Amino acid sequence: MADLRIDIAGVKSPNPFWLASAPPTNTGDQVARAFDTGWGGAVWKTLGEPIVNVYSRYGAVDLNGVKMMGLNNIELITDRTLDVNLREIRDVKRRYPKHALIVSLMVESKREAWHDIVKRVEDTGCDGLELNFGCPHGMSERGMGSAVGQVPEYACQITGWVKEVARTPVFVKLTPNVSDIVFPGRAAKKGGADAISLINTINSVMGVDLDTLAPNPSVGGKSSHGGYCGPAVKPIALHMVSAIAKDPEIQLPISGIGGISTWRDAAEFMLLGATTVQVCTAVMHHGFRIVEDMIDGLSNWLDDKGFARAQDIVGRSLPRVVKWEELNLNYQHVATIDRAKCIECDLCYIACWDGAHQAIRLDTTSGMRRPVVIDEACVGCNLCKLVCPVEGCISMSPRETGAPGVTWKDYTKGAKLAPRAHHDNH
Amino acid sequence: MGLTAEQIAANFAEVVPAMTEAEARAEANRCLYCYDAPCTRACPTHIDVPAFIKKIATGNLRGSARVILEANVMGGSCARACPVEELCEGACVEAMHEKRPIQIARLQRHATDWALARKELPFRAGADIGRSVGVVGAGPAGLSCAAEARRLGFRVTVYEARELLGGLNTTAIADYKLTAATALAEAELVKGLGAEFRLGCAVGREVTWDELLQKHDAVFVGVGLGGTRRLGVPGENLKGVMDALTFIEELKLKPKRDVWVGRRVCVVGAGNTAIDAVTQAKRLGADVSFIAYRRGEAEKPCYDFEYDLAKKDACLFYWHLAPVRIEGDGRVERAVFKGADGREVAFETDMVIVAIGQAPRSDLLGSAPGVKRDEKGRVVVDAVTKQTSNPRIFAGGDCVNGGKEVVNAVADGKAAARGIEKMGIGTEKPRRHESTEVSRSGKNG
Ligand SMILES: Cc1cc2nc3c(=O)[nH]c(=O)nc-3n(C[C@H](O)[C@H](O)[C@H](O)COP(=O)(O)OP(=O)(O)OC[C@H]3O[C@@H](n4cnc5c(N)ncnc54)[C@H](O)[C@@H]3O)c2cc1C
Ligand SMILES: Cc1cc2nc3c(=O)[nH]c(=O)nc-3n(C[C@H](O)[C@H](O)[C@H](O)COP(=O)(O)O)c2cc1C
Ligand code: SF4
Repeated sequence: MADLRIDIAGVKSPNPFWLASAPPTNTGDQVARAFDTGWGGAVWKTLGEPIVNVYSRYGAVDLNGVKMMGLNNIELITDRTLDVNLREIRDVKRRYPKHALIVSLMVESKREAWHDIVKRVEDTGCDGLELNFGCPHGMSERGMGSAVGQVPEYACQITGWVKEVARTPVFVKLTPNVSDIVFPGRAAKKGGADAISLINTINSVMGVDLDTLAPNPSVGGKSSHGGYCGPAVKPIALHMVSAIAKDPEIQLPISGIGGISTWRDAAEFMLLGATTVQVCTAVMHHGFRIVEDMIDGLSNWLDDKGFARAQDIVGRSLPRVVKWEELNLNYQHVATIDRAKCIECDLCYIACWDGAHQAIRLDTTSGMRRPVVIDEACVGCNLCKLVCPVEGCISMSPRETGAPGVTWKDYTKGAKLAPRAHHDNH
Repeated sequence: MGLTAEQIAANFAEVVPAMTEAEARAEANRCLYCYDAPCTRACPTHIDVPAFIKKIATGNLRGSARVILEANVMGGSCARACPVEELCEGACVEAMHEKRPIQIARLQRHATDWALARKELPFRAGADIGRSVGVVGAGPAGLSCAAEARRLGFRVTVYEARELLGGLNTTAIADYKLTAATALAEAELVKGLGAEFRLGCAVGREVTWDELLQKHDAVFVGVGLGGTRRLGVPGENLKGVMDALTFIEELKLKPKRDVWVGRRVCVVGAGNTAIDAVTQAKRLGADVSFIAYRRGEAEKPCYDFEYDLAKKDACLFYWHLAPVRIEGDGRVERAVFKGADGREVAFETDMVIVAIGQAPRSDLLGSAPGVKRDEKGRVVVDAVTKQTSNPRIFAGGDCVNGGKEVVNAVADGKAAARGIEKMGIGTEKPRRHESTEVSRSGKNG
């Protein structure tokens, strides 16, 4: 059995699976139940100035019958009093000394306000702090959340204020609502952050009800832009995690967040540089119990792959994320269709013909409608394989060009390309 | 005329095929992952169905097999033989919602086949607790008790009268559901947990109850039922009259073409075993295969889906006919019944299969020291712990419930192992369970 224990910025956790700061970590009772179910850590729902929430506050997109592919919310930070939260945090930490308990914070951009809350919160015995520079709705109108995360100077300054007094590791949680995630990441580093959490939610409007013409989620007929999360955002989060992980200036441990529902998602985040992962939507959908398969599946996969420790896979795939200009232009592969498996839905044909590179024709001899790849025209784009509903029917077969590897840089310096598919004379 | 070998093979091929990986994943993704799911509650062994299905969806087959087999070590045979319409799939919320329940049994087979293919169970025995259990009978009840007792750290010896493991899984359940080879392979998995097996060792023949009680802290009795009851009418000893279990066992263990079947087969009885006999006689090549039952269609004890299967096989059913005598010159030629109106009806037949239920193993159970039985010969046990009136003897499966399903036997075996542990048998302070509730059999009694 692989060792799932994790150390991130000195915070120890029995496994890499944490709850993100959100409704599942609203109360001590929930966090305690989550720990009992197997979660290794939790980031407490963001504490800060007193707020009031609207009632209707979540909206979702379903995709072809799959519910909640994406979830959005216009909820603010905790609406329970600071005293109650602090009491429950202290109590949970006392009962679960081996679990990781991080507290998320967001207050006005004033030095004293940050000093004050950091001291009060650390007094509970929590294992670390997470600065919420990410909430993209409501709080940002009041100069907090993503209003801080979007301006690297503010992010750096506030992180610095916190570090003046903090005794526990400080995680900075970034907003994805920026043009390049690396800049706020560097600002956090400059301010003295010990780790980075990302991503928070993405700005979104969920849709419009075509009967009432009101946007979702409707608060008495009106709505506001909110934060988007859930399975749909995973690729965006994976990119941002890997961008932060690869940046030579940042070099901080990462707690990866965004669309994680299964051990597979978690393993991918870890391979791209996350040391722990945080989950919100999947728990809001199915409850704490999903962690059982996360632990079981990750552990089985680590065993199968011969990794002794979960920590060993962190960043393993990062060297393979490179700049486009470093990719080999002479790597070629073409589509191969397995006749025995083909059900003749011809989706690959129409996708390639209308939507890609006109490299599949239909063989109509003997009354069939068999898709056939035209090797010379195929640029190996993968589209046909992506649309094919039959597993293992279309595969991409590497084509030996015999030519040495050539990158864009080499090419602009005059290196020769191997013969390739051309579409100039169509 | 008889059927060709190919026709027979096709007739006995699996009715429910295995799933491909893609099929399994697509079906698994349909599961709503209900909380406190009705399917789990409907399963007598309480397999966490949504959990194992979700693991199939995430590609964690080892974990999926573990969830199933920890709850039900015979999960592979249950996936093939359980009456799921009456159990998990019948309870699925999708049966109401989309009118299409999740194919739980086929998914369960998909996951357990993973373990069968690797020839090992995805969990280990517990650390030795220095106490031992003697298990009598290597049918589903006994194997389940042995596996659970090993998980709890007991030393286990299984005593099986026959040379074959698996009980009726191996010798009775229709081949088109579960082959003897699969049943045996599944039983072999239990050996991997380190239980000792004594084959060809019958209690009352090779070993006595007293010896077992001396050697072990606790004894689990999973001996199932005995032979088919006799009709008690004249002519029952004629050639061509056979009991259902013998006919079915031949079909399971011999090459099919070596099994004799009549041309006009008359099956007496209408339980699930009678259905198995009538359909399999037909599938083996009988021209006509029919059931004669003393009560009406509404009272038939078999499941509706079994009845439908027999009708699809073009078997015939005659109701309200009570057997009177069997006639023939040395071999059976006619079976005579009395109808509801009192008149006699005779059927031309060259084979009569008697399927009116199995009798309890009264001699064997009667000799077990201090073990009480009810008026029907069933061992009386506590509903939770499966403890008999002898605190060191536990029992489960067909010998307790009078004949139910594999899954009930498995549930009993597991509960008994836990009962032995919970009651502290073999420790300084053994206990008796105080609940007054007592197991009762279901409709197949
Ligand atoms: C024809 C037929 C078809 C069936 N079809 C199905 C089906 O489709 N689905 C389903 O779920 N159930 C089916 N069943 C029922 C199912 O097979 C039984 O409920 C189940 O096998 C009971 O398990 P058990 O362990 O209690 O008993 P058994 O399976 O009868 O096992 C008892 C074991 O004890 C051994 N034994 C007996 N006496 C002694 C002794 N003195 N010493 C040592 N060992 C001894 C026997 O040899 C045997 O191996 C069917 C039954 C029959 C008869
Ligand atoms: C209803 C809701 C409330 C949230 N509240 C907070 C919060 O108070 N503080 C915070 O840092 N993030 C908050 N988040 C963002 C989550 O912590 C997380 O970053 C985001 O949902 C992405 O993860 P997911 O795809 O697993 O849901 C909230 C998300 C949701 C859905
Ligand atoms: S989940 Fe439903 S019941 Fe619970 S608070 Fe929200 S709206 Fe109310």
